[in-house]
Amino acid sequence: MDIFFPIQRLANWITYSFLPLQESNHFAESLNFFIYDTIKIVVLLIVVNYIMAVFRYYLPVEKIRKILTSRNWYGLDYLLAAFFGVVTPFCSCSSIPLFIGFVSAGIPLGVTFAFLITSPLVNEASLALFPALFGWQITLIYNLIGILVGVTGGMIIHKLNMEKYIEPSLLKFKSKVDIAGKKEKIALSKLVTIWWVEGWQITKSLIPYVLLGIGVGAIIHGFIPANFFERYLSSRQWWTVPVATLAGLPLYANSVGLIPIMEVLVDKGVSLGTALAFMTATVTLSIPEALILRKAMKLPLLITFFGVTTVGIMIIGYFFNFIYR
Amino acid sequence: MKIQVLGSGCATCHKLFEITQQAIKELQLTHTVEYVTGDKGTQKIIELGSMSSPVLAINGKIAMVGFVPDVEKIKKLILDNLN
Repeated sequence: MDIFFPIQRLANWITYSFLPLQESNHFAESLNFFIYDTIKIVVLLIVVNYIMAVFRYYLPVEKIRKILTSRNWYGLDYLLAAFFGVVTPFCSCSSIPLFIGFVSAGIPLGVTFAFLITSPLVNEASLALFPALFGWQITLIYNLIGILVGVTGGMIIHKLNMEKYIEPSLLKFKSKVDIAGKKEKIALSKLVTIWWVEGWQITKSLIPYVLLGIGVGAIIHGFIPANFFERYLSSRQWWTVPVATLAGLPLYANSVGLIPIMEVLVDKGVSLGTALAFMTATVTLSIPEALILRKAMKLPLLITFFGVTTVGIMIIGYFFNFIYR
Repeated sequence: MKIQVLGSGCATCHKLFEITQQAIKELQLTHTVEYVTGDKGTQKIIELGSMSSPVLAINGKIAMVGFVPDVEKIKKLILDNLN
C-alpha cells in the first residue's frame, strides 16, 4: 500500500468536501495537488533532516578529515569522501574553508573534489524527495550515479595534477589543524531534543522554497495539458540533455524547491533524464558558486571542476533517458 | 574581551551576529560584537582552522562553529569565556 495514502485522503477531503469544489475544475486539481505535495514533502523533510542532524553530530567535517588522513586508503578514499559528501549538508558559504581545510591537511586534491562534487549532487533532497516523487528505483539509481560521478570526477582531477592551481595565499595556515576538538559529553535524552531543534531549523528554512516549488508545480499540474512537452522535450531528441544542462548551469535554485517542479514536468511528458540534468546542473553549479570558489582556485582548476561536473551531469541525463524511455 | 562573528557573507552568518548581539544585551554587558564578513571573514575562518562558517570567536579563539538559534547557549559561551 502507498504509505502516503492517508495524506491523499486528507487532501481530497479538504478540496472536495471541506471547500466543496468540483472534481474536474482546474483550480481544484491544482489545490488538491498543492495540499498533498506540501504535507508529504514537509513530513519527509522533517524525518530526513532529523537523521542528518544525528549524522552531523557523530560525523562532523573535522572527524571526516581525520578519518581521511588517518591512513593510506589505497584509492578507497575517493569512495569514502563521496559517502561523506552525502551525509554532509553542503552550503556554498562554507565551501572555501572546507576546501582549504581538506587540502591543507594533506588530503589529495582529487579526494577533496570527490567530496565537493558529491555533496550538492546527493543530499537530503535527493534522498528524501526522490522516493516520494519518483519512486525507490529511480532514487537508488540516481544516488548511486551521483556518487559514481563524484568519485570519477575526483580521480580525473587527480590525474590532471592541478595542485599548482590552488590559491597559495590560503594554504599558509597549515599548522593549525584540529581546534574544534573538545566536545563535552551530552546525555542522549538531551541530544534527542538538540537534533530535533537542528533538524527543524533546517526544515523551517526550506519550507518557503518547498511552497514556491510546489505552487509552480501545482499550476502546471492543473492547467497544462498532459503530454504538452512530449513533442519538444522527449527522450528521442538527443540535444535536450546538453541544452537542459547548459541552461541550468548559470542558475542557482534550491533543490527542494526545484524537485516538485521537475516531478510535474516529467508528468507532462518531459523525459526524466532531461529533467534531472536540468535540476542537477542548477543545484550543483552556479555563477555565485564559481565566484566564491574563484578566490581559492585559479581559473584552470575552476574550469576543470565545472567541466568535469557538467560532463557528469550530462551522463546522468543520457543514462536516465536511455533506461526510462 | 573581544567578541567576533566571522562569516563569509551568507544569511545564516548575519543571523548569528544578530543573536550574539541579543545575548550581549540580555546579559547587560557593554562589549561590542564585531562582524567580520566577506573575503576578510573567510580568510579569518581559515586562519583559525575552521571548516565551516559562521564562527563565533571570543578573544581570538573559536567558541562555536555553525549557526545555532539558541540565545541561551551563546550567553553561556560568553559567560564561560569571560574569566
